[in-house]
Amino acid sequence: MKAKVHVTLKQGVLDPQGKAVENALAALGFGGVTGVRQGKVIEFELSQTDPEKAQVQVEEMCKKLLANTVIEDYAIDIAEG
Amino acid sequence: MKASVIVFPGSNCDRDVQVALGQSIGNAPDMVWHGEAEIPETDLIVVPGGFSYGDYLRSGAMAAQSPVMRDVVAKAKKGVPVLGICNGFQVLTECGLLPGALMRNAGLKFVCKDVHLSVEETESVFTGGYEKGQVIRIPIAHHDGNYYADDETLDRLEGDGLVAFSYCGPDGGKASKSGNGANPNGSARDIAGILSDTRTVLGMMPHPERLSDPALGGNDGRVLFDHLVKALG
Repeated sequence: MKAKVHVTLKQGVLDPQGKAVENALAALGFGGVTGVRQGKVIEFELSQTDPEKAQVQVEEMCKKLLANTVIEDYAIDIAEG
Repeated sequence: MKASVIVFPGSNCDRDVQVALGQSIGNAPDMVWHGEAEIPETDLIVVPGGFSYGDYLRSGAMAAQSPVMRDVVAKAKKGVPVLGICNGFQVLTECGLLPGALMRNAGLKFVCKDVHLSVEETESVFTGGYEKGQVIRIPIAHHDGNYYADDETLDRLEGDGLVAFSYCGPDGGKASKSGNGANPNGSARDIAGILSDTRTVLGMMPHPERLSDPALGGNDGRVLFDHLVKALG
């Protein structure tokens, strides 16, 4: 299985990098862009073949290491293959 | 008194703090490599500044999972005082010994300069050498020093007297009213350093070891190390 974890700052936590990107987009003439949040994507392969078990395992990884849940939210995609 | 300084790959203030603390103790603290599973008997543990593991993933995140940190947490829970400076503060929040997190500086830039700190709390082995409300000058050098915690945690830290140092103006005035970057990184409530509930763990972004000798331009940092020796020696 393949796992993809998206980590972003929580809503309500100021994201200065996202804000800077938003301002730069406006300066380039891309109007109407709001709420830019910058994050990171972590991809990996799992030997686990049961998607539900994989989900539980990756959830645990997020809580313990991949995200700092004080300031960050995470989203998990598990895909076959 | 015996002190130990933890060394991670990428630590760069480990020797500075060894020298600064060593001059107060009278002998050099032990250096303990991150791969060690156990720290030899010690009266004080210092988690130094730097860029442990290259700040991979998040500042302090990888170091918090290293073998030696398991023993730091275990010893801290038994009451051994732990001082985390800069990256050390980040590591201590990542491993759960201190609440909150250190985020990217609000101005997005690495900031390296002397700042003024107000000593908010003197009831600890770390800060007992200062006067309450005393203004001291200590350098900072970091990219991720923007202290964040939820309002409930911030209220508790302030209410229980666990904010050790806060950024302030040169005259001790609130950083938010002093302007000119008195709060250099956007930290919530101008927090520069916090204590654990037990007051035996201190995390701070400024570097007391960098102003611990008059030849370096100031001695305000030495008070912290001298008092540790007085309290623990």
